[in-house]
Amino acid sequence: MNDEVKAGEPNPPLINNSMKFRTEDAFPVLRSRFGDTVRSLSDTQPDRYILVQSDALPEICKFLRDDPDWQCNLLHCITGLDQAETLAVVYHLFSMPKRHFVVLKIEVSKDSPIVPTLADIWPSADWLERETFDLLGIVFEGHPDLRRILLPDEWIGHPLRKDYEMPTHEKLRGLGL
Amino acid sequence: MTGVDEEAMDADLKSLGFRVEERRTLASGSDELLVNMGPQHPSTHGVLRLLLRTDGEEVQEAVPSVGYLHRAAEKIGENVTYDAYTPYTDRLDYLSSMNNNWAWAMTVEKLAGIEVPQRAEYIRVIVAELNRIASHLVMVGTYGIDLGAFTPFLLTFREREEILDILEEISGGRLCYGYIRIGGVTDDITPTFAAKCRAFLRQYVPKLDAINELLSYNRIFIRRTANVGPLSAERAVAYGCTGPTLRASGVDWDLRRDEPYSIYDRFDWNVCIGRGEKGTVGDTWDRYMVRVREMYECVKMCEQALEGIPEGPFRAKMPRKFKPPIGECYFRAENPRGELAFYVVSDGSKKPVRVKVRAPSFCNLSAVQELTRNMLVSDLVAVLGSFDLVMGEVDR
Amino acid sequence: MGLLENKFNDNVIVTSVDSVFNWARQSSLWPMSFGLACCAIEMMCTGASRYDLERFGAGVFRPSPRQADLMIVAGTVTYKMASRLKQLYDLMPEPRWVMAMGSCAIGGGPYYKHGYSVVKGVDLYIPVDIYIPGCPPHPETLLAGLLELQEKVRQDRILRKKIST
Repeated sequence: MNDEVKAGEPNPPLINNSMKFRTEDAFPVLRSRFGDTVRSLSDTQPDRYILVQSDALPEICKFLRDDPDWQCNLLHCITGLDQAETLAVVYHLFSMPKRHFVVLKIEVSKDSPIVPTLADIWPSADWLERETFDLLGIVFEGHPDLRRILLPDEWIGHPLRKDYEMPTHEKLRGLGL
Repeated sequence: MTGVDEEAMDADLKSLGFRVEERRTLASGSDELLVNMGPQHPSTHGVLRLLLRTDGEEVQEAVPSVGYLHRAAEKIGENVTYDAYTPYTDRLDYLSSMNNNWAWAMTVEKLAGIEVPQRAEYIRVIVAELNRIASHLVMVGTYGIDLGAFTPFLLTFREREEILDILEEISGGRLCYGYIRIGGVTDDITPTFAAKCRAFLRQYVPKLDAINELLSYNRIFIRRTANVGPLSAERAVAYGCTGPTLRASGVDWDLRRDEPYSIYDRFDWNVCIGRGEKGTVGDTWDRYMVRVREMYECVKMCEQALEGIPEGPFRAKMPRKFKPPIGECYFRAENPRGELAFYVVSDGSKKPVRVKVRAPSFCNLSAVQELTRNMLVSDLVAVLGSFDLVMGEVDR
Repeated sequence: MGLLENKFNDNVIVTSVDSVFNWARQSSLWPMSFGLACCAIEMMCTGASRYDLERFGAGVFRPSPRQADLMIVAGTVTYKMASRLKQLYDLMPEPRWVMAMGSCAIGGGPYYKHGYSVVKGVDLYIPVDIYIPGCPPHPETLLAGLLELQEKVRQDRILRKKIST
């Protein structure tokens, strides 16, 4: 079949992997417990996410970590996204005892991208948040040590933003690098 | 210390990343020094910089500073097509390129619902496990050098050259292969591949026993590594450690058995975990020995896979201009260093909108600051080597 | 040596002393271990059992720049690393040579176009004597580059006046 898989067509069923995502099951539980701060369940394929309000994030995460049904004890990944008008952060939480994933997402404006930190809930969030700050400029409130991690301290700008211009060699030499 | 502005010094140390509230009051006659280790250093395995706050020979605190090999892998993912990103995944964790390629290929296959032919799955398992053996051989060899034993390095690299010969025959490359592509593998295996693999695997297990005798059960090696830097299971999970580092802390978790992908559920093998045989569970010896024992299991898997390769195509029919559906996808694979995961956001065009690489060594390294408190510099070197870090994937 | 440098015209007696010095230098090029990325692994393979670098006299990898003659820049140089690269090069005593190993060190490599943090070639910071292409180069390519460097060293003029460019 030489046709391109057209954008917008539904996916064929998942093949060849056994990752268990329980985001759909988590949504009604979180909704009933935290109300409207749990905004919506996306319909993206193949992985869905729960969009939550950013200031409710620490409580929701503590619940997902401590509740015996969910026990999400491993923060697997924090991803920052530049979505045209807003910035977003996606959290992939994994539960080792229960072997399931829950995916959360928050959106913040580009003018004041402030998100509460999760470093006191999972120590792995420490470095992952520093990386998101470094590459996208999202500020994590309450982080113990928020500074650049991958780029030199003198760097200006946040490269993963869509409007980032690649600096010239002369400009970087001018910064002292 | 008279005449020293303690507050200014604390502020300086804090800006470098030290936890100053834990600085104990030093008795008179002690020697507090800030020592810089790296980024060019023979024992840091790549461009890792450690800032050490030492009291004589004892390290009070070690702060890792990374980013000296940041090569914009995620930005590049937004600017090249899905298939063209494969060589960049090679160079993330450059010691296990096949496994990286595989994780990327499976992520895109999950996103677009591509079914991989059975022959390709078997070939993928064989080359990935061979690459895992090669990667662990580098760890064993360089770990020996870190601790002062030079002979294991020569022995392990000699065996590794055999594996690289086999992989070069089918892929053309020695280190960065770009062999496992979306939909299958680049090219079929050569007629002599299976025979060469079997010949290698047959003569390899006695060599592994010899390396064990030389290094693993050596009294001096055990004295240097047992009870050094124990990482408890609870802290390992909290820091997001995965792979052999996590298994050495006693956690019985291996993606290939517990969340199998591809055809891993068809093989009969054991998961190696650390049991604290020579000291504490999760100490340096455990982290080292888990990798050595895993090599035996890789041999088993390769032999079983070689028995069962079916005939058929080696790659699914992929469109020339590949455009996956709109969506997002997260997939993780068991790499020699841990769980490598890719998060891809697609808007239906031929280039991804966002590629995020979740590197295992990045999370493993974040545990080092807490682990290396109040230990000697030589113990720090032992602990760092046992984490088996590759800076290509820490910095991406 | 400082008293005799560049003092003599093309004189038979001095020419053979020059070649003795050059022979000694070419046969004992001690590299500084400056492995940055993937090429470092191939450099380690070149120093290991199969492609033995020791037989060319260059197998002693010195961690300190003060004790090294040759800097093999193996891997990608980023802007964060570049100042350390320059500092280490400055610390090396003369005579010193630099080998740019791999396409990243030559001109930025596969990260040339979109790698914002990658230096597009190590020769933007330090002078390079030999460029070794490959991604990563085969160990035999590195050995060929080393032999080229030895040829270059063999033609060096120490006591005789340098040919002005």
